[in-house]
Amino acid sequence: MVEYRIDRRSGVATYVQIVQQTKQALRLGMLEPGDKLPTAREVVEATAINPNTVLKAYRELEREGLVEARRGLGTFVKRSLGTAPADSPLRAELDDWAARAREAGLDQDDVAALFTAVLEKFSKGDKE
Amino acid sequence: MSDTAMEAAGLGKRFGRRGGWALHECSFRLPTGRVCAVVGPNGAGKSTLLAHAAGLLAPTEGSLTVLGSHPAAARERIAYVAQNKPLYPQLTVAQTLRLGHELNPARWDASVAERITYENGGLDPKAKVRTLSGGQRTRVALALALGKRPELLLLDEPMADLDPLARHELMGTLMAEAAQYGTTVVMSSHVVAELEGSCDYLLLIGGGQVRLAGDLDDLLAAHTLTTGPVRDLTPHTVVESRTTGRQLTALIRPQGPFSGGPDARATTPSLEELVLAHLRSPEAPALILASARTAAQESAA
Repeated sequence: MVEYRIDRRSGVATYVQIVQQTKQALRLGMLEPGDKLPTAREVVEATAINPNTVLKAYRELEREGLVEARRGLGTFVKRSLGTAPADSPLRAELDDWAARAREAGLDQDDVAALFTAVLEKFSKGDKE
Repeated sequence: MSDTAMEAAGLGKRFGRRGGWALHECSFRLPTGRVCAVVGPNGAGKSTLLAHAAGLLAPTEGSLTVLGSHPAAARERIAYVAQNKPLYPQLTVAQTLRLGHELNPARWDASVAERITYENGGLDPKAKVRTLSGGQRTRVALALALGKRPELLLLDEPMADLDPLARHELMGTLMAEAAQYGTTVVMSSHVVAELEGSCDYLLLIGGGQVRLAGDLDDLLAAHTLTTGPVRDLTPHTVVESRTTGRQLTALIRPQGPFSGGPDARATTPSLEELVLAHLRSPEAPALILASARTAAQESAA
């Protein structure tokens, strides 16, 4: 089961936050095919956001083929995004790298700036 | 079954013959199943509008229907929590809930009322209402309203007395009820931040008139917040603009594609930015989106 954390000041639309956090959980293997997403009622009771926002996020995930709604039963994960589960070697290498960055005296903002720069190059590579 | 929760046609209300208009020529429609925020400055007419919907005030002119009928005829399907949370001070909490049950025998849901008061609120069933704090009274009032399982829930400044934790919890309970039963919720507030995220429909009232009405995302998308060098913004509708030195900040409704030029930034406003800009510019034209128009407005448009 996944729990959503909504940041109302982030400037990211609430339904997008739900989509992103679901994908994150799929990537990290916290959600697997067959798992049930929380019902709209459960999500809004915990977060106080609007029910239609949750439904909009679930529709978006469904459109991307990641989940499917089964009538009267709920919304279930159909497909995983699990290329880098939490315990993969790549994740371990990144952990090592983070430890080295700390030793080199980098703080969180420095690391985030470096990572964002690399990520930008990475996503440009995607487009080419 | 009507798909309209509330519809006003030329609604006007004047208190006394010499009084000014608290509401004047208000026309809008609210579809069912929405969580609607009613916002506006003090004295805008928010409470007057909700009291009409609850059937406690009669219009001076025009009409207001709820759930497809006259408010008095729909009373059984409506719950209304007034701003001062009127309750019987001499009754205990348990007696108050029993009152809710006796007055709504066919609809009463004891489990939701007890969850709000006892389980989540920790109230003593034997405590007299007069001994409760403002926030605790709000909790009992909301329990009564939700216990009725209304189709339309009217809340006038419901969260004003609550601490942040209770506010979040009760808003969550409200949203959960709306999710499960499709309850239409109409909530007034002047704390806009409190409504962001919870509401998907907006009714902005100012000077007794409807200034903005429609689906919240659509209303936000119809506006652009732009900053850049001072320039002419025609043909776009300017809601508010401010000039500081060579810089211009404006909230506009783009007519056709908007490009602010190379040095300008354009973003979609937040709910707060949208509301504040309209409150600061009472003369800006009203915008009523298609879903919020009455049949008469639709044919006139």
